[in-house]
Amino acid sequence: MSRIVSITLQNNDDARPIIEAIEKDNPDATVNLYPAMVKIDCDGRLIVKQETVEGLLGREWDVQELHLSIVSIAGNVDEEDDYFELSWNI
Amino acid sequence: MAEKRKKKLGIKQRYSMLTRGLGWDTTYQPMDKVFPYDNYEGIIIHDWEGWEDPFRLTMDAYWKFQSEKEKKLYAVIDSFAQNNGHLGITDARYVNAIKLFLTGVSPLEYQAARGFTHVGRQFRGVGPRVACQMQAIDELRHVQTQIHSMSHYNKFFDGLHSAPHMHDRVWYLSVPKSFFDDARTAGPFEFLTSISFAFEYVLTNLLFVPFMSGAAFNGDMATVTFGFSAQSDEARHMTLGLEVIKFMLEQDERNIPIVQRWMDKWFWRGTRMLTLVGMMMDYMLPKRVMSWREAWDIYFTEAGGALFADLARYGIKPPKYADIATKEAEHISHQAWNIFYNYTHAAAFHTWIPEKEELDWLSEKYPDTFDKYYRPRLEYLDKEEKAGRRFYNDILPMLCQVCQIPMGFTDMDDPTTISFHSSEYQGNKYHTCSHGCKDIFDYEPEKYVQAWLPVHQIYQGNCGGAEVPDVLKWYNFNLGADNMEYQGSPDQKLWDEWQAHRKKA
Amino acid sequence: MSLEIKTNVIQPRRHTYSHIAKRLGADKPATRYQEGTWDLQPTVNFHYRPTWKPDQELYDKSLTSIQMEDWYTFNDPRQMYYGTYTMARHKMMEAEESHFKFIDKSNMIGLMDADWQQKIKTFLLPLRHFEWGANMNNCDCSDKAYGTAISQVALFAAMDRLGMAQIISRVGLLLDDNTGKSLDQAKVDWLESDLWQGVRKMVEDSFVLDDWFELLVAQNLCMDGVVFPLFYHYFEDAGIRQGGTAMSMLNEFMQDWGKDEKRWLDQLLKVTAAESAENAALLSKWAATWTERAVTAFTPIAKHVLGDEAADVMSSIRAEITKRAKKSGIEI
Ligand SMILES: [Fe+2]
Ligand SMILES: [Fe+2]
Ligand SMILES: [Zn+2]
Repeated sequence: MSRIVSITLQNNDDARPIIEAIEKDNPDATVNLYPAMVKIDCDGRLIVKQETVEGLLGREWDVQELHLSIVSIAGNVDEEDDYFELSWNI
Repeated sequence: MAEKRKKKLGIKQRYSMLTRGLGWDTTYQPMDKVFPYDNYEGIIIHDWEGWEDPFRLTMDAYWKFQSEKEKKLYAVIDSFAQNNGHLGITDARYVNAIKLFLTGVSPLEYQAARGFTHVGRQFRGVGPRVACQMQAIDELRHVQTQIHSMSHYNKFFDGLHSAPHMHDRVWYLSVPKSFFDDARTAGPFEFLTSISFAFEYVLTNLLFVPFMSGAAFNGDMATVTFGFSAQSDEARHMTLGLEVIKFMLEQDERNIPIVQRWMDKWFWRGTRMLTLVGMMMDYMLPKRVMSWREAWDIYFTEAGGALFADLARYGIKPPKYADIATKEAEHISHQAWNIFYNYTHAAAFHTWIPEKEELDWLSEKYPDTFDKYYRPRLEYLDKEEKAGRRFYNDILPMLCQVCQIPMGFTDMDDPTTISFHSSEYQGNKYHTCSHGCKDIFDYEPEKYVQAWLPVHQIYQGNCGGAEVPDVLKWYNFNLGADNMEYQGSPDQKLWDEWQAHRKKA
Repeated sequence: MSLEIKTNVIQPRRHTYSHIAKRLGADKPATRYQEGTWDLQPTVNFHYRPTWKPDQELYDKSLTSIQMEDWYTFNDPRQMYYGTYTMARHKMMEAEESHFKFIDKSNMIGLMDADWQQKIKTFLLPLRHFEWGANMNNCDCSDKAYGTAISQVALFAAMDRLGMAQIISRVGLLLDDNTGKSLDQAKVDWLESDLWQGVRKMVEDSFVLDDWFELLVAQNLCMDGVVFPLFYHYFEDAGIRQGGTAMSMLNEFMQDWGKDEKRWLDQLLKVTAAESAENAALLSKWAATWTERAVTAFTPIAKHVLGDEAADVMSSIRAEITKRAKKSGIEI
């Protein structure tokens, strides 16, 4: 049974640190490249942490800035001040 | 004075204070009169406070992020126009996908804007109302940015000049139009199930993601940019779609069968409409990213599989006929292209026979079906065309009473027989293209008998006249330019001229 | 790539969409406002009747008794489409945000007389519910309006009202140190205090109006015609005498917004009244009825804040609405 959660981001400068942060915080994630976009899949759960993105970016980063780069998602969303998480309850 | 310690508010708490607290139960007027439409569908809501906000954007943040997106997008649109970006696309055939998009999809964005405005007033819960209003204005954004992006193409190519007029009249555009009319004329909960859940959550990835990726691959930076920019709103819309489903299912178990029936219906209606997208992907993009079949596997089978496994805890089953739709993914893009190849004299975009390498690509992507059923027919039509006998079908097709697609799809287990169903209602016979469409008709015949079926309307003389050219004029087609075969079209001649100049330079 | 080709071989074949050219009277370049607004809304061949109201079409001219030969006679003088709208609002909000930051840092709220702080809680904070009502009403107008031009200005206004309800709420959070207690109390006042019941009844009655154009007049000309000068001009003046400079800064968004609203609204009323004597008569009737109601409903709050001056203030507000309406061809 597929439990893949997924986030697709534009493949541009703004999104690159986010993509990197996701890879760091979700070691099991698979990164798929398509023309102009990146689809990151992960089993069951995937998290974007503010702290990690800020570290890579070298500035303050509002989690809601994620919405500037997002193309698509699959999973239940939990958005907090310091993280954005996708999950399935399976 | 001692330093006052201020409580820091978390995003959820702050949002709830700034938004959810705004509403009140009216007493000078009864609530049922203020919100007359949110309970006739049979959905039982015990506690509107149980609504989980799918996202928590206050208006200040909304304006900030959205204006930033708009600034970037319009900078790209401006430079695309200034630099004649249309010359950078792979091939002028590509523009036909844009034509179908502007006439078929962009008007849906407008319909979505108005639909979400309606439900954004009609729900009695503050949470869903605000989420719907934000989506309403987002959707207005989508239609306007699409019109602005494609404005440049309209200056150089045919078939893009009259989208709103055509959307209200042209036979194949009644497929998307009736889809949205159907959703908008339903109650507010069904509307959200159809558009936010079935269309945006389950199916929209199939429309936008491969299409925009395809645009990038074909050098169309304007479309990539508006597409991705619109998609960045879509994550919010998708979350709303999933939230409304969970909300209904959690409120009362009597809601479950209603929601299930809506899912079945809108899944089927959605896949029917997306046939047009499948055709765009497999036939209209000169450089292809993935086949319709592959997109279906990634975005429906895989993503949808996890989603419906997640919803199983509420007793929800995957949509009825999902198995048939998956079988269809091997066929429908080819069958749809065949329909449009037949009737391209009555369409505002061109069709053509794919080139040899393109046919080979299709053979590779559809090993079980393409060579067996579709390639020989295309090669035959190609020969006919080269011999000066380009085939056009002059007999108006019969349309499905529900999805309004010409009855050209076959039985999936026997791809040589046209699938054909019918129902009786008040002494009349109504035809449908599939089990899925027949079920939809049978549940609500009083609705679907109202359908404005283009072919019926032509026969009844409501479309400008009895002859095909009269009808096409009524559609506002520039005959010989907007319609007919791509080879020899003004689009093609001009494109070749540009290419010749480019070579000289 | 494109630069290789001389521009003379890539002359445009047309300058705009054909429905736009028709309205412009010629095929010539059009503005983004025009292309993004004109004729966007479907007009014919609807497939099904709404199950929620089977006696109407999805887009239906008969949802108001106002009649227009062409519902695109009105054009937004601000030429706002989504892009220009969000950019304009973001700019206003940026300024407002810096005021919030400054006031928070400098503790300017603490400099206000305690009485005045208390008063703000009773007159300004419950107004967030009025703004929420205005959001619903503009949303309703946008839903039922015919044509994109009017529908979109109403939608922009609806979102703005949510924005202003949130700004007022943030004033509350400044006053109560983020506990939200002042907002809870404001809701109790809105629901129970005698000061507010006239307003609340008026707002709730407006929720059930049938004719969307009457609703638009009631909300945007009459109720707002009272609220914006009363709260953000006269009450502000009263506050300055009591150390309320902070409020003058925070009122800026609303003051600017009130001016902006007049621009499109007065133009809309003008072209609608100019269309026919019947339209003008309807607008006059609605404007008279709802101005009277709005003035009456807000009088107790005016007295609460302004005391004896209230009667004069209310009559000059009424005179101002009458004057504005007259300029648009509407006799109150
Ligand atoms: Fe959209
Ligand atoms: Fe959307
Ligand atoms: Zn069908």
